Amino acid sequence: MDDLENQNLEIKLLLEAIFQKYGYDFRNYSMAHLKRRISRRQLLDGFASISEMTNRVICDADFFDRLLLDLSINVTEMFRDPTFFKAIRHQVVTFLKTYPFIKVWVAGCASGEEVYSLAILLQEEGIYDRAQIYATDFNQVVLEKARKGIYAIDRIKAYTENYQKSGGQRSFADYYSARYDAVLMAAALRERVVFADHNLVTDGVFGQMHMIVCRNVIIYFDRQLQKKVVCLFMESLIDGGFLCMGQKESLSFSEYFDQLVLINEKEKIFQKRYPPGDRSQNE
Amino acid sequence: MSDSVPSAGPLPRHGAGTMRYEAMVMGASAGGLEALQTILSALPAHFAIPVLIVQHLSPQSENLLAEVLNRQCRIVVQEAEEKETPRAGMAYIAPPDYHLMVEADRTLSLSREERVNFSRPSIDVLFETAAEAYGDKLIGVVLTGANADGSQGLRVIKKFGGTCVVQDPRTAVAARMPQAAIESTRVDYVVPLVEIAPLIVGLLEGKHG
Ligand SMILES: C[S@@+](CC[C@H](N)C(=O)[O-])C[C@H]1O[C@@H](n2cnc3c(N)ncnc32)[C@H](O)[C@@H]1O
Repeated sequence: MDDLENQNLEIKLLLEAIFQKYGYDFRNYSMAHLKRRISRRQLLDGFASISEMTNRVICDADFFDRLLLDLSINVTEMFRDPTFFKAIRHQVVTFLKTYPFIKVWVAGCASGEEVYSLAILLQEEGIYDRAQIYATDFNQVVLEKARKGIYAIDRIKAYTENYQKSGGQRSFADYYSARYDAVLMAAALRERVVFADHNLVTDGVFGQMHMIVCRNVIIYFDRQLQKKVVCLFMESLIDGGFLCMGQKESLSFSEYFDQLVLINEKEKIFQKRYPPGDRSQNE
Repeated sequence: MSDSVPSAGPLPRHGAGTMRYEAMVMGASAGGLEALQTILSALPAHFAIPVLIVQHLSPQSENLLAEVLNRQCRIVVQEAEEKETPRAGMAYIAPPDYHLMVEADRTLSLSREERVNFSRPSIDVLFETAAEAYGDKLIGVVLTGANADGSQGLRVIKKFGGTCVVQDPRTAVAARMPQAAIESTRVDYVVPLVEIAPLIVGLLEGKHG
């Protein structure tokens, strides 16, 4: 249908305008996904057309900030997919324990729930004190929330269940203090975390990581962009380091077979191979 | 060309080699397992188009649904994976807690954005994106359920010239969802559960036109 083609063209132009004006590159995100988000904003704000929205974006930086929130899905939770955290405890922590210093990169950390979850896990496993967690996102608004570590109290029941299912060893209430309708995460859980602005599409390597966790982020990218980001991760990992993707993120493993070992298929946990000379490590 | 003009009227005639349909989408909620079993197990192994399915489930459920259905059917039933291209003779089910979408290039995408109609996966999300990707070569089927998910999506399928089928609410475990679909769209067929598979097989053979 012509309508459909015109609409797709208008969306391409909108993405191009965003890229040229603000430097955020959505041109290789999943189109079906972008389209739903853009149509939603169009409907909410009553734009007659997407082109009208494009004009607004070009002139109005505040409007762009809102659109950025629409386009980057920020939905997250504590110990989301609890079996993932369980697998980290059972399959990855033993390796991490062999290093005197551990660098972890949480890419696309959104409002930080996943970061605090990992901090709790590392603490319970006794390696938090020698860890440095880099928590990055390209969205300043959610990063600020992550830094504050304040969350709505009505989610705590679900989070507590997740924590227990993930193999948590204590009472989840040990990790936050409640006040009014919110909880504040314990300051210690932030101590070894650096929150930073980083765009996976346009920014560079983060060196020498022992573990990279990037879940529910590249699921919104097209194949080509997914490949590019996985390359970035490969370059940022030490040999023997771990790459953790979302459960339903199907990076076509066969392509990386010479670089990655699949440690846990369901949880999509990979280990970077040691170089061929170092064969003792690669059995 | 046969693929240009969407039509809400009688099905256009097609010459040899052109397929009237290229995909089918189905949505079900309460009572859906039995409905899906009935339909999918009646499809032939060489069913000529892919089937994409949303069944509402609790987010925590392990996805046994695909496994259960696969054992009972001649077509292959599996959980949908992002970026794959759906193939004939296969059915793809949205994983619990993920929306299933079809891209313009007809590959599948998954998403964990907000719930739609209180549901993730949502039937509307699948139907609307599939309608854009397949245009008039799509069959949409709304089955039993106790909410109104799917109505909006079916309307979009109709708008793009696709064919809309709804389970006769009197044969549904929960009548609300098919009822809502019938009320919101001029659907093409309302048939009892057991007649849905034969109807669709017939549609693919160019009958009912
Ligand atoms: C759905 S959240 C995932 C949060 C957490 N990892 C989880 O699994 O619950 C996706 C996050 O990725 C971020 N994101 C999307 N594109 C990005 C990019 N190009 N660079 C950095 N972060 C990005 C979004 O801002 C959003 O906060």
